[in-house]
Amino acid sequence: MAHDTAIEIETTENQDLWNGGQGPFKASYGKLMMWYFLLSDAFTFAGFLIAYGALRFSMNAWPVPDFVFSTTPFGGEGLPLIFVTFMTFVLIVSSVTALRAVQEGHMENQNGVIKWMVATLIGGGIFLGCQAWEWNNLMNVEGVSIYNNPFSSSLEDGKYLTLDEAVALNPSLQRKTMDVSVHGHDGAHTTEKLPYLYDAKKDVKYFEKFTHHFFHRHSADDATTSVKTGTAFKSGDSYLVTYNEGEYFPAAYSTVNENNKVELKAEAMGPRSFGTLFFFITGFHGFHVLSGLIMLLIITINTWSGFYKPRKNGHEMVEKVGLYWHFVDLVWVFVFLAFYLI
Amino acid sequence: MGHAHGLSVEEQRKADISVGVKGFIILLFVTFGEVAIALVGNGHLINGFELPKVIMVPVMIALSIYKAYYIVSIFMHLGHEVKGMAMSIVLPMFLLVWAIIAFLWEGDNWRNNRNYVNKKAKSEKVEKADDALSMKAAEDLSNTVTLH
Repeated sequence: MAHDTAIEIETTENQDLWNGGQGPFKASYGKLMMWYFLLSDAFTFAGFLIAYGALRFSMNAWPVPDFVFSTTPFGGEGLPLIFVTFMTFVLIVSSVTALRAVQEGHMENQNGVIKWMVATLIGGGIFLGCQAWEWNNLMNVEGVSIYNNPFSSSLEDGKYLTLDEAVALNPSLQRKTMDVSVHGHDGAHTTEKLPYLYDAKKDVKYFEKFTHHFFHRHSADDATTSVKTGTAFKSGDSYLVTYNEGEYFPAAYSTVNENNKVELKAEAMGPRSFGTLFFFITGFHGFHVLSGLIMLLIITINTWSGFYKPRKNGHEMVEKVGLYWHFVDLVWVFVFLAFYLI
Repeated sequence: MGHAHGLSVEEQRKADISVGVKGFIILLFVTFGEVAIALVGNGHLINGFELPKVIMVPVMIALSIYKAYYIVSIFMHLGHEVKGMAMSIVLPMFLLVWAIIAFLWEGDNWRNNRNYVNKKAKSEKVEKADDALSMKAAEDLSNTVTLH
C-alpha cells in the first residue's frame, strides 16, 4: 500500500507541471528570458577577458596593476588598488540596495521600492563617476591611449643617467632643448626649455628621469628634472614613461648588455595592447552600468506611477531589472580580478 | 524570498534585511581579503615579504568564484529556483574552464615562439655580419615580429 501511495504522489506532481497554466521551470517568460540574455552576455564578457588573458600571456613584459592603479582623486599617490577597492565597495552596496528594492517589491510596498531604487541609482552614478575619473587620469595625466602605453616593466637591470653621463656613453648624440609649458606651484604659466639628447639616425630622444609633476608643480622640488637620475632598477621593476599633452619623455638609462659592455638606452614604451584592452573592457562594462542605470530609472518612474500594481506579480519587473544590475556587479567582480588583482 | 507562509510583514521584512546585511558583509570581507592578498603578496604591506604568484592567483580566483556563487545563488535568487532552470544557466559556464586554459596556453605559446624567432634572427645577424644583404633580412625579420 505504501508503495502505491508513493507512485501516486509522483504522478500528481508531474501532472501539475504538464497540465498547463505553469511557465517552464515555473518562471515567467520575462524572467527566464532575462536569465538567458545574461548568460549570453556573460559569454561575451568572458570572450573579451579571455582575449585579454591570451594577449597578456603573449607578452614578455606587462604593466604591473598595483603600480599602474595607485592614484586616487584629491592627489593620492602611492596607494595601490585603494581607489578601485572603493569602486568595488560602491557597486556591492548598490547591489544590496537593489536586493532590498526587489524584496520590498515582493511585498507590494511601492514606497519601499522607490526608496531603495533611488539608493541603487545613486550608487551606480557614483561608480560611473569614479570610472570617469580613472579614465581621465590614465588618458590625460599618465598618457595611456589605444595606441600608446607608457607603463611597463624593465626587462633588464639598469641605472638612470644625467644627460652628461649619457653623452659620455654615446658622443654622437646632439644636445637639444624643447619648449614646454609649465604650471608653477604659485599658479603661474611659464614656458621652460627642457634639455634632451637626440639620435638623428634612429630618431630617438633621451631625457633625464622625472615625473609628470614637473609640468604641474605643487612645490619647488617638482621643478627639477633630476628627480630620479642615478636610481638603479632591476629586471621586473615597474616604470612609467613621463607624459604631458601628447608628448612622451623616455628617460635615458645605462645597462650592461650580453657582451658585457655598458650600453645607453631610452625607456621603451609598454605593450601597445594594454590601453585598448583596458579601455574597451572597462568601457563595455561601464556601458552596461549606464544602460542599467537608465533601465533602473525607467522602472523606478513606472513604480512611482503605480504602473505595476494591477499586475499583482510582486513587482516582478523590479526583480528582472534587479537581475541585470546584479549581473553588472558580477561582471565587475571578474573585471576587477583580471585587471587589478592578477 | 517570496511571501513565506506564516510570516507577518514585519517579520518578512526583518528576514529580508538580514539577508541583505549578511550578503553585504560577506561580499565586502571577501573583497577585502582578495585585495589584502594582492597587496601583501606584492610586498606593499609587510616589509620585504612577498608571496609567489602560484599561491596568490588560485586563491584570488577561488575567492572571486565564491563571490560569483553568492551573488548568483542568493542575490539573484537562482538558488531558490527550479533546479533544472539553475542548471540550464550554470552548466554552460563550465565550457569557459577549457576556454580559459586553452587561450592562456595559446598566449604563452605565442610568446615562446616570438622569443625563439627573435633570438635566432639576432644570432644570425651576429654570424653573418659581413654579409650586408642577409643582415638586413635578419633585421627586418626581427623587427616585424617584435611587438611594442
